[in-house]
Amino acid sequence: MTPPKDYSAEVNSNMRVSQRRVLFVTRRTSPQVKVYDEERVQSSPEVLIRALLAVECLIIVLVLMSLFFNAPLEGVANPTNTPNPAKAPWYFLGLQEILHYFPPVVAGVLIPGMLVTALIIIPYFDINIEADGLFLKNRERRLMLSMAAAGALSIFFLFFKVYVALAPTLIVTAFVLVAAFSPPESSGRFRRYLALRPIFWWIMTWFLFELIVLTAVGTFFRGPGWSWVWPWRS
Amino acid sequence: MPGAIETYFDKLERTRVWRSIFRSGKGTSTLHNALAIQQNVFLHLFPTKVRKRMLGLGATWYLGTLTLGTFIVLVVTGILLMLYYHPSVPRAYSDVKDLQFVVSSGLFLRNLHRWSAHAMVFLAFAHMFRVFYRGAYRTPREFNWVIGVVLLLVTLLLSYTGYLLPWDQLAFWAITVGTNISSAVPLIGDKIRFMLLGGHLVNANALLRFYVLHCVILPLTAVLFLAVHFWRIRKDGGLYVRETEPGVTSAEKQLSNQEQGSR
Repeated sequence: MTPPKDYSAEVNSNMRVSQRRVLFVTRRTSPQVKVYDEERVQSSPEVLIRALLAVECLIIVLVLMSLFFNAPLEGVANPTNTPNPAKAPWYFLGLQEILHYFPPVVAGVLIPGMLVTALIIIPYFDINIEADGLFLKNRERRLMLSMAAAGALSIFFLFFKVYVALAPTLIVTAFVLVAAFSPPESSGRFRRYLALRPIFWWIMTWFLFELIVLTAVGTFFRGPGWSWVWPWRS
Repeated sequence: MPGAIETYFDKLERTRVWRSIFRSGKGTSTLHNALAIQQNVFLHLFPTKVRKRMLGLGATWYLGTLTLGTFIVLVVTGILLMLYYHPSVPRAYSDVKDLQFVVSSGLFLRNLHRWSAHAMVFLAFAHMFRVFYRGAYRTPREFNWVIGVVLLLVTLLLSYTGYLLPWDQLAFWAITVGTNISSAVPLIGDKIRFMLLGGHLVNANALLRFYVLHCVILPLTAVLFLAVHFWRIRKDGGLYVRETEPGVTSAEKQLSNQEQGSR
């Protein structure tokens, strides 16, 4: 249905000779070129006001916290008196927990390095393109592969006695199994939801779960000599 | 009275001086609103228009905005704290004690800085996971995701370097534990540790280095990457929208279906 061309392409880089320019917007370069319109609003004032309100609410919460809870301050630094346990800030306690099981070169260098690398390559990883449910295609094969991966991870954690990391792995594996046996037309809403989760969703959820559990254990459940303690029994 | 104030501002906004500062001029027209963004050196990083459905809480939970909010609170409280703090041993600890007990609102200031720092780390993580689960890292936003990972690391380093500054037992041993890990890096581990601490132990040199990192190098790095991070949102076509997200009218859905069908 394209109308007949009443022009011819001209190649000339001299601005003074040919003043017309044709711009080619190729795919993947500008997502702003959309076929359909969507309702848009002005950033000023619509977004600015909302952002200001959000930040104001945040500041109110932070100010209230600061009024009621004091930042910790212990005795002056003393290199000859090591507290037991010496803990890093909370966001590193997951790593410190791993450090308890593996040598520093693994837990302190290799694992964090792998994590950062993994985070950086996420958007360049082709598997992300396919956002379909993990078990919608090749179900048998994928079930076998995912169980093999979960089994290998579990045996690895068992071998090094990392029960803290084993528990989230087993729980996520259980949900993977539920997903594998839930067709997308299942009756339960939750089962339908799980059935449509793609592989990278499962990996990230496992990672998030491990992160939360390891950090929580390092923060609340570790006492002198990094031994297990119950926070409510102190 | 509100009427009088309004006329006063009205007059002020029409003065030559005001208009020389705010070039967009006065008005609430679409053009004026657009110029308010485009002609402001800070706001021009952001898009002039946004999709209406991205305004709701549901899509982003405003996590990125809130992370920026904590950063601003941290810069302001941090500068105020710098007025009372000497990065030297043992002065640092007594300065923090003074903040706690002598300086007016010093305790509040330090609390606010501390809790905002924790909040910023938490919000940066939450923002990252939210972006991941929405799939907002996909083409053409790959590089902005990478910048986000860099910003997360800068946030962690900012928080970590700040952890040493009170020079109490908590600070000293947390940094000792952390920097001991860096010596586990094969071959150059001890050199990295020496460079970080300015010595073989956590001492006055380490405090000064962490202070410079915390107050100069890392905040500047953060601001630089933040600018690119925001600018890339505009360049990559605004905030990412999913077809399934609320706010899509049935007509729009139909159109996008047709678009997919014709491909």
